[in-house]
Amino acid sequence: MTMPFYVAPEQVMKDRADYARKGIARGRSAVAVLYADGILIAAENSSATLHKVSEIYDRIAFAGVGKYNEFDQLRIAGVRHADLKGYQYSREDVDARSLANAYAQMLGQIFTHEMKPMEVEILVCEVGLDAAQDQVFHILYDGSVVDEDTYSVIGGDAEAIGARLEAAFQPGLDLAGALGAAVSALAGPDRTLTPGELEVAVLSRANGRRAFRRIEDPELITLLAT
Amino acid sequence: MTLPTFSASDDPGPSFADLLRRTRPIDPLPQAPHDLAFTHGTTVLGVRYADGVVMAGDRRATSGNLISHKTMEKVFPADRFSGVAIAGAAGPAVEMVKLFQLQLEHYEKVEGVVLSLEGKANQLGQMVRSNLPAAMQGLAVVPLFAGYDVLRGTGRLFEYDVTGGRYEELDHVASGSGSLHADTVVKLGFRDGLSRDDTIDLVVNALYRTAEEDSATGGPDLVRGIFPVVATITVDGYQRVEDAELRTRVEALIAGGATS
Repeated sequence: MTMPFYVAPEQVMKDRADYARKGIARGRSAVAVLYADGILIAAENSSATLHKVSEIYDRIAFAGVGKYNEFDQLRIAGVRHADLKGYQYSREDVDARSLANAYAQMLGQIFTHEMKPMEVEILVCEVGLDAAQDQVFHILYDGSVVDEDTYSVIGGDAEAIGARLEAAFQPGLDLAGALGAAVSALAGPDRTLTPGELEVAVLSRANGRRAFRRIEDPELITLLAT
Repeated sequence: MTLPTFSASDDPGPSFADLLRRTRPIDPLPQAPHDLAFTHGTTVLGVRYADGVVMAGDRRATSGNLISHKTMEKVFPADRFSGVAIAGAAGPAVEMVKLFQLQLEHYEKVEGVVLSLEGKANQLGQMVRSNLPAAMQGLAVVPLFAGYDVLRGTGRLFEYDVTGGRYEELDHVASGSGSLHADTVVKLGFRDGLSRDDTIDLVVNALYRTAEEDSATGGPDLVRGIFPVVATITVDGYQRVEDAELRTRVEALIAGGATS
């Protein structure tokens, strides 16, 4: 009979965290920035069809970085969670906080109990009726949740991008201002990102029931130019 | 509420109805006695015109020989470019509309693309078909579906029977108790390429005439300010016609000798 070697739980957790962080660091980052009219989400993504930013519900959006199949699975689970909840209760009862908790539960469960943690980092954003109610939840691969109130960065280069965004961010920016801050933070001092390398969407209070809207080519080019 | 996740072989895909079945089995309807009075919605119609389609429905709901609601709405947006109008048992019909709207939105969010108009029409047919056991007990729902086909650049109309049979009509459709009268009025006034104004006048007239002949169809009520629900669906999407505009049109209709 073979006995497994004893490995300290601290070591197991550290190895898993390192593994997940390495996976996430391979992909490109995404940011969410609160602006006057809602929340802007921008990601570096050269694919026009494999989205990192998506709509979950009327006022809720999702952004994920890391392994595409894993965060897409989370996205679909989120859409299902939200649609079922809205059908069972009412549309107003669907909120980002409960969805963020559900994600955290699932990621935490997988992190401690499965062979392999999920190599993802996600954002769940909800635009409120006024700016004070806007919410951004940042959820890590191990299920920890951070509630952010100005901006949030996910992905490999998060620290450097966060520092650049910290310098550029002001409360109450307009859409073009928020986009400019987000894109220059993503790009850094040595690069410029073209519209084709960006995926941008907003949750805007001005959009009616479904607040989510993608900002695509002609509009994106105009906004980036200002 | 935990996140609904499924193994790859059991995944419901973009279908909200399948998801609902997997997560919460729906109880079968109990055997209802045939003399139970259900609320019924009545006359709805759809007409194709130059820019798309117009959908309209009266506001009356009946339970047997009683008028149970004077302001019921029977025309709903299904998504941005389509609408659904219902006739038949009000309870299941409104539930069907709610599920249909959710289904279209759910598909769009999960798949990242919008269903084609043809796909939406088929989807509604399957929902009517799944209501067949209830229809056999007197809870039939017969919707109309209309929309603007973005690919073809034209308005399209679909009607259904209780078995889920889907029939595309070219110019105009009607459903519900007053459909015979309403469709006849529309047929006499219809020509190809009608303008928006003429089409709205035509459907308002059709519902007005139907209300004179069919007790289950409510006419416009100028005293209480109750007007039919009329909506246009064009390249600009689903737009409901304002009550103020409908009031002007009804007044013009009556002034033009519609009472004779």
